[in-house]
Amino acid sequence: MSPATKKIELHHVTRVEGHGNIYVDIENGAVKRCQWAVVEAPRFFEAMAIGRKWDELNFLTSRICGICSIGHQLASLKATESAMAVKPSEQTVLLRKLLLLGENLQSHILHVGYLVLPDLAGVGSVIPLTKSNPAAVGVVVRLHRLANELCDIVGGRTTHPVRAVVNGFTMLPRPRELVDLRKRLEASIDDLQALVNVLKSVAGNLPAFERDTEYVALVSNSEYALYDGLVGSTDAKPVAVEDYLKVTNEYIVPQSTAKYAKYHRASYAVGALARYKLNHAKLSDPARKVASELGLTPDARSPFMNNIAQVVETVDSVVEAMNIIDLLLMGGLKEEPSALKVKAGRGVAAVEVPRGILFHDYTYDENGICVMANCIIPTNQNHANIQLDMEKLVDEIKEEPREAIELKLEMLVRSYDPCISCSTHMVKVRWL
Amino acid sequence: MSAEKAKPRVAFFDFASCEGCQLQIVNLEEVLLDVVGAVDIVEFREAMKESSNDYDIAFVEGCITRESDETRLKEIRKNAKVLVALGACAHTGCVHPLKNLKPLEEVKRIVYGDKGDLFETYPVRPLSAVVTVDCVVPGCPIDRTEFVEVFKALLAGKKPPIPAYPVCVECRLKENECVYTLGMTCLGPVTRAGCGARCPSNRSSCEACRGFVDNPRMNAQKEILAEHNLTVDDILRQFTMYCSYLEAQK
Repeated sequence: MSPATKKIELHHVTRVEGHGNIYVDIENGAVKRCQWAVVEAPRFFEAMAIGRKWDELNFLTSRICGICSIGHQLASLKATESAMAVKPSEQTVLLRKLLLLGENLQSHILHVGYLVLPDLAGVGSVIPLTKSNPAAVGVVVRLHRLANELCDIVGGRTTHPVRAVVNGFTMLPRPRELVDLRKRLEASIDDLQALVNVLKSVAGNLPAFERDTEYVALVSNSEYALYDGLVGSTDAKPVAVEDYLKVTNEYIVPQSTAKYAKYHRASYAVGALARYKLNHAKLSDPARKVASELGLTPDARSPFMNNIAQVVETVDSVVEAMNIIDLLLMGGLKEEPSALKVKAGRGVAAVEVPRGILFHDYTYDENGICVMANCIIPTNQNHANIQLDMEKLVDEIKEEPREAIELKLEMLVRSYDPCISCSTHMVKVRWL
Repeated sequence: MSAEKAKPRVAFFDFASCEGCQLQIVNLEEVLLDVVGAVDIVEFREAMKESSNDYDIAFVEGCITRESDETRLKEIRKNAKVLVALGACAHTGCVHPLKNLKPLEEVKRIVYGDKGDLFETYPVRPLSAVVTVDCVVPGCPIDRTEFVEVFKALLAGKKPPIPAYPVCVECRLKENECVYTLGMTCLGPVTRAGCGARCPSNRSSCEACRGFVDNPRMNAQKEILAEHNLTVDDILRQFTMYCSYLEAQK
């Protein structure tokens, strides 16, 4: 095979959540085929949801994804509350926002520390780093554990939390736990700076690549939107969450068990970078400082900068979590009834989860039994964008050695932090 | 070199699941680093790039939902000396066999409309319906502490310590207020313990994600639920959330 002819077939891309494949075929210097294919086994959650009761759906849809189980639960609870015309208390909303920040921290640190850092350091996993850079791994481990413990304290469990229910919580954190948590968050600032320094030293290893696209995320006038807001876009005015189908326009492609999505262009991107681009003005000062330290600007056009946006959000989430704990402690936590009157209706909700905007949409009958469900997951919304990035990237690097192309394609996929089992799972590249 | 070779080789695999059980292993943090020291992890796609067909212990997460999964699972079975079902999906199918409660054509139509036939799928089964499973780590998700205990037992060549008693025992030891007295219902009396009564300890009802004890007193449990004004539909719903595959086998 001449050097100008390369076939890549990466099956089950590693260090991502779920199963995806990458197929590339370069013949005599020309790209004949370039395909991002999701091969995860479809699981049919919407079909499972039909026939289940209103108070079960958050626990059921939580099982769509182990990494964003909190986000799925919150989107589910909000959709059910909207269908039942119930407005949860301020305390409930604050606790949910805290839980969501915990998930953002948990997931971003896992992704940047355990999954991306090995690429930047030129190794296959975090395991060799425990020998070559134990200090950096120590920082990642401590931050990750703190994020997990936050979720434990508020949700009763790190993955698939058990306390968050429709219109409230079954149990509240004790004030002492929150006071202690706040101290530990404050103490983690040094660790965060150390993580930023590690990234600064290797960020130059992110491939140089840019492509214009549309970015979509929740937007709000009052805060860096995660829990609530309108659906914003870099290409258009914000629309109401209820109009989400006009945004997602899902379609099916034969190469993928996950659906694809498009809004104003052939594809759009969701996730930390989309949120940063649309909401950077609402970031806390420490987060903005880190953005400038790491060279992230609102006009960023590289998908690889999503990794950096996650680090910026990590800092912001720590600051915001401390603010919420202060508000909760100031108000004093009190037990609140969560009972509600079941009614028929439809409810749509959106939440920003670590990988981007997530929609849940349910219709219930008068007994509170689900008769229709639709869940649109962030990674699904990114698949078409990954495909188009991949086409442009392959064309730009087709002269490079096969191994270099492979690594860059895998890094591209990883930079989206795809959650393929969520979107149904993910891909890997293999040379033929 | 020979000392290197003596370390057990361990691999992780996944089928249809949320991958939350493998995440619990990553969540072991420092303890994970000790575990890594005692064995050679030769495949763990979610966390590392390397892969291998040469391993002693295979931890398998997820359930079987299509023919092509069977081939891969049988290959893993052939390569592994010990095959461990990791978590509820591998053990009982977890929530996934809820799909089996509706005709397959309807399920495909609900999610993919008229394009349903593009996707390979069949009724969900746990691993044990396809291959011999040597050991189970139950739960959705698995309990991290229990995983470490099972892991240590396997390395020592002992029988993994999975409790034979129900969740109620652990709940009582924790001196929790019984969720029945709070007006809720709970499957703790028939569900296998080992989770530290996680849900009732958080004032939520146990829904049997760990499967049932060996000889559950099902009729007594159903009577209790009926006494608490659950309709037949409600009772069925409670038993089918995580255990619909087990229920369908009766």
